[in-house]
Amino acid sequence: MQAHLSATDLSCRRGERLLFSGLQLALDSGDALHVTGPNGVGKTSLIRILAGLTRPFVGAVERVGRVAMLDERLALDTDHTLRTALQFWERLDGVPASPGTHAKLGLLPLLDIPVRYLSTGQRKRAALARMAAQGANIWLLDEPLNGLDTDAQETVAAMIAAHREAGGVCVIASHQPTGLNLSQLALEPPK
Amino acid sequence: MSTFLTLLRRDLGLLLIGGSRGGAFLPLVFFLAVAMLFPFAVGPDPTLLARTGGGVLWVAALLAAILPLDRLVKDDLENGVFDQFALRGVAEESAMAARLLAHWLAFAPLLLLACMPAAALLGLNGNMLRQVVLGLVAGTPGLAAIGLIVSAVMASIRAGTALAGLLLLPLAAPVLIFGAGALSRPESAGLALAGTVSLALCALAPFAAGAAIRAAREA
Repeated sequence: MQAHLSATDLSCRRGERLLFSGLQLALDSGDALHVTGPNGVGKTSLIRILAGLTRPFVGAVERVGRVAMLDERLALDTDHTLRTALQFWERLDGVPASPGTHAKLGLLPLLDIPVRYLSTGQRKRAALARMAAQGANIWLLDEPLNGLDTDAQETVAAMIAAHREAGGVCVIASHQPTGLNLSQLALEPPK
Repeated sequence: MSTFLTLLRRDLGLLLIGGSRGGAFLPLVFFLAVAMLFPFAVGPDPTLLARTGGGVLWVAALLAAILPLDRLVKDDLENGVFDQFALRGVAEESAMAARLLAHWLAFAPLLLLACMPAAALLGLNGNMLRQVVLGLVAGTPGLAAIGLIVSAVMASIRAGTALAGLLLLPLAAPVLIFGAGALSRPESAGLALAGTVSLALCALAPFAAGAAIRAAREA
């Protein structure tokens, strides 16, 4: 798997406030970055810019490989069962269902339950399954550990490690420690 | 093409069945309820009903087209579905084209069928019913297109749903004037003009709605 993600001289503006500026990063196959910083410092904005969903105020992002993003929004149809909701994305991505990932995330007993009945942690695990099933080279994870119990947090850490092993790139924005020995990028609140 | 079909299948599931949000059934019942209440309001004068009934069906169809607007775009925008499409290289325009087709399929065919019992309730003759059905065939794609544009523009606004209905009505005036106008003057080109407006709106809607979704991201 070949993957590359780099950003040069990145600045982000929200309204009248400059959240960060002059940000540089370069990640190649197997690299991972943990973006830390207090709330409101621009972690989510950085993830969205790296994903190409919003334009940076200044600077450019370069991506090689397909991008998968996980944020606080589930992007699964809440009226459908988890199986049907995940199937939609599998069909769209043209990938078969991955019972292995579902089992690792403890989703097998939940597959026939409507998504709206799932708890916060179960929803997060469902979103992780959706994200992992995409088979993308670049993972952009915004607070992937929120609401997860210790076991699930370890599973996520293992998934990230396996993704890096396979040559993927991973950026994690989280105020929590990931349990992995990752290089850190600390965003400072604007002065 | 398979992407479009996958999108269409999901949209149809959401709009036709609708789960907890009420599906295609709601506009249909609403449409029939209006047709049922109108004779109570104006009295059982057959000539008056026969003369005004076609117009009433048009207004009822217009109002029924407003009902699905609240869930047409807003839920998916808030749930991050369009962002996930963008990451997969699915253009907002194709997502909106699929949704336009699904929206029309979910409300128009049922409405056309409901015209039969509604015509009986209002005492419309066969000729009049034919004019109403043909007019709605020509006009409902336009109503669906306006509905999609308006709900995409309003999706990121908090009070958007209430406003969306209000915005749809003036935009739907050309379709209504041509389509319902053909009832009293069947020899005019009203139906053809209603169809023209509809087609132009359908061609425009995926692009306008797609642009609205992209703009909502930058907000």
